[in-house]
Order: sequence, then C-alpha cells, then structure tokens
Amino acid sequence: MDAAALVASLQQAVPEAALETVPSVDLHPTIYASRDHLPAVARALRDAADLKFAFLAELTVADYWPREPRFEVVYIMVSLVHRTRLRMKVRLSGADAHLATVSGIWPAANWLEREVWDLFGIVFDGHPDPRRLLMPEDWEGFPLRKDSPVQIRRPPHTTEPLQVTAEEFRQNLERDRLSRHE
Amino acid sequence: MGIESEFEIPVLTTTVEKMVQWARRSSIWPVTFGLACCAIEMMAMSCSRYDIARFGAEVFRGSPRQSDLMIVAGRLSRKMAPALRRIYDQMPEPKWVISMGACASIGGVFDNYAIVQGVDQVVPVDVYVPGCPPRPESLIYGIVELQRKIAQQRLAS
Amino acid sequence: MTVNMGPQHPSTHGVLRLVLELDGETVHSAAPTIGYLHTGIEKTAEQKKWQQVIPLVERMDYLSAQSNSMAFCMSVERLLGVEIPERVKNIRILLAELQRINSHLVWLGTHGMEVGAVSVMLYCFRERELLLNINEMIAGFRLFPSYIRVGGLREDLPRGFHDAVRAFLERMPGKVDEYEDLLTKNEIYLKRTQGVGVVSKDDAVAWGLLGPIARAAGVDYDVRKVFPYLGYETYDFSVPTQSQGDVYSRYKIRVAEMRESMKICRQALERITPRGVYAIADPKITPPPKDRVYTEMEALIQHFLIYSQGFTVPAGEAYVPVEGPRGEQGFYVISDGTNRPWRVKSRAPSLLACQALEKLIVGGLIADVIAVIGSIDVVMGDVDR
Repeated sequence: MDAAALVASLQQAVPEAALETVPSVDLHPTIYASRDHLPAVARALRDAADLKFAFLAELTVADYWPREPRFEVVYIMVSLVHRTRLRMKVRLSGADAHLATVSGIWPAANWLEREVWDLFGIVFDGHPDPRRLLMPEDWEGFPLRKDSPVQIRRPPHTTEPLQVTAEEFRQNLERDRLSRHE
Repeated sequence: MGIESEFEIPVLTTTVEKMVQWARRSSIWPVTFGLACCAIEMMAMSCSRYDIARFGAEVFRGSPRQSDLMIVAGRLSRKMAPALRRIYDQMPEPKWVISMGACASIGGVFDNYAIVQGVDQVVPVDVYVPGCPPRPESLIYGIVELQRKIAQQRLAS
Repeated sequence: MTVNMGPQHPSTHGVLRLVLELDGETVHSAAPTIGYLHTGIEKTAEQKKWQQVIPLVERMDYLSAQSNSMAFCMSVERLLGVEIPERVKNIRILLAELQRINSHLVWLGTHGMEVGAVSVMLYCFRERELLLNINEMIAGFRLFPSYIRVGGLREDLPRGFHDAVRAFLERMPGKVDEYEDLLTKNEIYLKRTQGVGVVSKDDAVAWGLLGPIARAAGVDYDVRKVFPYLGYETYDFSVPTQSQGDVYSRYKIRVAEMRESMKICRQALERITPRGVYAIADPKITPPPKDRVYTEMEALIQHFLIYSQGFTVPAGEAYVPVEGPRGEQGFYVISDGTNRPWRVKSRAPSLLACQALEKLIVGGLIADVIAVIGSIDVVMGDVDR
C-alpha cells in the first residue's frame, strides 16, 4: 500500500492524532507524529489489521542543534504481513526532551531507548530500565549531542570503585555458606 | 626481572641465564585478549596457514594466571580500560605485552571520546605491531622481535 | 551463586559481560553488559567527508565488512539519486555473497570450537584464507578492502579475478560437505544443540531478530526477497527456513545459506565481464584514472577537488535495508547538503540479538550459555559501534 493509503488508515485508527506526511527518496513513507499521541499511534501501527507493523527495525535520534525543535526521534518499522516499511518521526525541543516509551509495544525498543538516553539524553517516560548502555556508568554528558566534543584529552580510569563494602562482602559469604549447607 | 639475583657479580648465572632465556622465549603462551577486528587476524595467525604454534605460542590460555603474554588486539575503549589493567595485574611475572594494531598502539582511526589513544596509557608495552589490522605475518614478526628482546633480558635485576 | 563471565572470556565472542545468577548449573537470571567496545564511530563519521566514512563503517561489523560498506554506499547513492551501472551491481552482489560465506565460516569455526569440535575452526579458517586472498587481489587488504565506494567501486577488477573466484567456488561445496560430516549427525553436537536456546516465531519478530535467527524459527523474511535491491530479483536462489528455532536449526540455516550464496556467486560471475565500467561517470564523485591525472589538466583538477573537499550530497535522509550475514542491516543517513554527513546511524542486528540473549539462556544450563551465544552470532563491534 502506498503512503497516502497508509496515512489514511492510520488516521482512521487514531482520529485525534496530528499526522504530517513528507516526501521521501527511499522505500519508507515518512510521517511526523506528535509526542502526546505517540503511544496510541504506536499501538495502532502494531495492531490494526491493515497496518500490522510488528517489527521495529530502528529507533534513533537526530540532533539538529542549534535549530529548534532540536531533536527528531525516528522509528523505522516493517510490516511482514503486508511487506511495507514506514518511518515515523517525533519532534522534540531541546529543553523538554522526553516522550513515552514504546518498549511495552515493541520489546525490541528496550535497549534502543536505553542507547538513545545514553548518547543523547532523551528521557523515555515509563521505561523499565533507564540506565546507560554503551558508556561507562559514571560517564557525564551525552556524547552524540552536537554540542558535545568529539575528542577528549583525559587519561583513562584504570581502577573501578569497590562495588561492595567489606561488611556486605562478609554477609554475602555467610549467606552463601549457609545456603550450601542445607 | 623474574629471578632476583642476590649475587654481587652476576657471572655465576650466565649459563643458567641463557637457558632460562631460551625457555622463556620458546614457549610464550598468550592470554586471549582479542577485542575487535585484530582478534580475527590473531585467530587466523593461530590457524593452520600462519601457524603460531611453531614459534612456541602453542595454546592461547583463557586464564591470565597461566599465561606469559598479553596481545592487546583491537581498540581499547574507556569502559574496558579497568578490565585490561586488572587482567594485566593478574598475570604472573615474567610477562610481556604486545600492542597489536593501530588502535591499540596509538588510537588508530578513532580519535574520539570513547577510545583510549594508545594502550600504553594503561599497561607497559614491549612490542608495537602497526597495521589495521596487521597481517598475521606482521604479528608473527612482532612475536619474533619479542623473542629477541627476551633473549637479551638479564636475570639479575 | 553469582558468576561473572567478564569482558575478557574465551567464549563470549568479543567483549560481552554476563553476570549470571546460578543455582547449581541452571541459570536463573542473566544481566548482559555491553559497551566495552564502544568506538564512537557515529560521532567520528560526522567529522569526515562522505568517502572517508567508508573505512569507519567497515570496522563496525568487522566480519561483514563489505556488506557494511555496501549498505552505506547504497544509502548515500539513494540520496544522490544516481543509478549504478549493471556490471557494478553484479560485482557488488558477488562481493556481498562472498562476504556472507566468509562471515559464516568464522561463525562456524568459532562456534564449533566453543562447543568442543576444535578441528572445525582449523578447517573453516583454511577456506577463509582463499576468500581473503580474493580480497587482497582486488584491493590489497585482507579484512577491510574499502573497495565498494559511493558511485561504484574503487577501480576495475584485476586480472585473474575470475579464475580465483571460480577455483574457490569449485573447491568450496566439497568443503561444506566436510563440515557437515563433522557436525550434522554428530551425536555430541546434537545433544548439545537440539532444544537449546529456543526462540518462537512471535518472539523473534517482537524482539527485532530478523535474519538467520528468525528464519530458524519459521519467519520467512529475507530482505533480498521481500525488498530486493541491486537486482537480486533476477537471481535464482532460495531462502532456507526451519521451524524449531533452536541452536541446531540456526546451524542448519547458516550452512544452507552458504550453499545458496555459492549458487548466487556462480550466477553473478557469469554476468561479470573481466573488464568494463566500474563506477558512475559523474566527475564530481568518481576520481579519474591515474594515467589521465598525470597527463591532463582537467583530470588533475577533478582529482584534487574530489580528494580535498569531496562531493556534496543533497539534503535529506535515506535508509536502504540490506541482508547482511546477521540479518537486516542498513545505514540511516541524514545529509544537510554539505560534504559531511549530519548523522550516520547503523542498524545493528547484533544489538537486538544481545538483548534477546537474556531470554534465551534463562532456565538453561551454564554450558548452554556458550552454545547460545555462539549461535546468535553476535559481533561486538556491531553491538557497541
């Protein structure tokens, strides 16, 4: 099905969503959705009978600093049943960079959203595990933002902070010993 | 390094020294520390075409406690640097380090926030092998150079 | 008991850290930590000119280097709006399929070695040397030829290329039979791999795992058939699928894929002439041949402009999906109209495979963890980028 039919079908499934189509040069029709309606739109994309976009291929962000709106979150998805692809984008401003998670709808989005948080600093409300994925846990800053430097001249940390205290270590040993003796 | 010498004049240990040097350089067993693409060339080096076993590196031990050589093969990221240091510290003396590839030697193609610009910021390196990735023959040459270096190391410290 | 399969481990295919909670030998929970090979390739790519990004992206998934560079070049060419000559398409298909065989050989060797069949590794790497010889013939470099460029190829095929590929394709089927002899009916291998690490069809799609893993579970999706590119629709090949979704089916799928790739290679080799056009004729993108650079002024200027400031790509975005050895792969490229990319994002099939790892190993034995990690074929360079 072509772009217009796709958008019409989606608009029918989620009437209150404000969808905007833009031209694209590749296989993917591109639509812009608004942040507030994202969960409903995502659910409709996955579940509606003539859409069935069950496979989320990519979830990423483009940073257009210093232009506002600064971020564009991009979702690329594939419908195996209908053999079509779609690209959906959501605009976010730099000061207010958060939106709802889709990891309940597409489980594949779990780590993809963690990566976006790690590298860009966009918060996903409701995400089950919002931790850094690629950078070290104690890293400060969001490397892939445009105002973050490419090269950092800093010697590497070669020691890790102790993760358990001596008391916790003794308790762990005791617990292990007791559990093995039953 | 290795055997501490307590003799004033190290002449008593010369023949023993030659034997120890020969033993050490002919049986360098590396620990598996393949990080990225260079690890694939290191694996190719240990296979039948560029057999490294004929130079003495018979097995790649999984545990650092049983190995002599650490070939840092691949790009070292900042997150991995503590692990590298820890593995190096776990190796018993005498130990050597070969920095394989451009990324391990100097940061390689990746001059950015995530890659340590040279493994020698974390561990002391004996031999640098350039290339991206170095051909297995280059790495074998690196190991042969290391063997030559070991042949000149004295027991008396 | 908590066990840490740390970033340095002989069997984790690179730097993957798994913290396992064990009860005896059974795994209760697993927490993978990645990021030990994060290289910031995407950020570095924003500083380079378009052609300079190609060596960077080749080093992402270092076992399918030419697939990576081909996917990137195709996305950029879609933005440029250029049409590649037919001969170049066939050469790209040939190189991509040879790369697929290469990657599957490494997978088979390392997987066999981890499960215990050490000699499989020596056999596979022996055949791989022939493929690396072919790479060396076309570009002088074994692992990362950087031969596929935006606009076509770097230069024409060398003399002896057809003979080398033909010799390889004659030798290979017998060797694949040898590998199958070693493993397919081997009782130990069967016991270790059947029923282990099972993925169901719906789980595979929900977790984003298209590729050999999903095909082993019964999902009939291959980008080359569903969204064909480079003329794959004119080639005669089939896509193997299985239905159990365990480690053994993934093994069978990859071996079958090797045979199908050889079929495609034979067909592609017929269509490629030994000498001919190797890139589009656009003077802004394709550098002129060296003998003209040394004798003609216009060629010298063209050469200088291409290598000093590069070419500009019209503003826009493109993502062309490609079937890599690990599944659907592609580069989402955004251009702002200058000679450097604005954003390059690689769709990493290995990242999603790593994410699904938690579900696959919970409930199994610790020895199965090794077999499963081997079978999902993660390349940490692709996971961490």
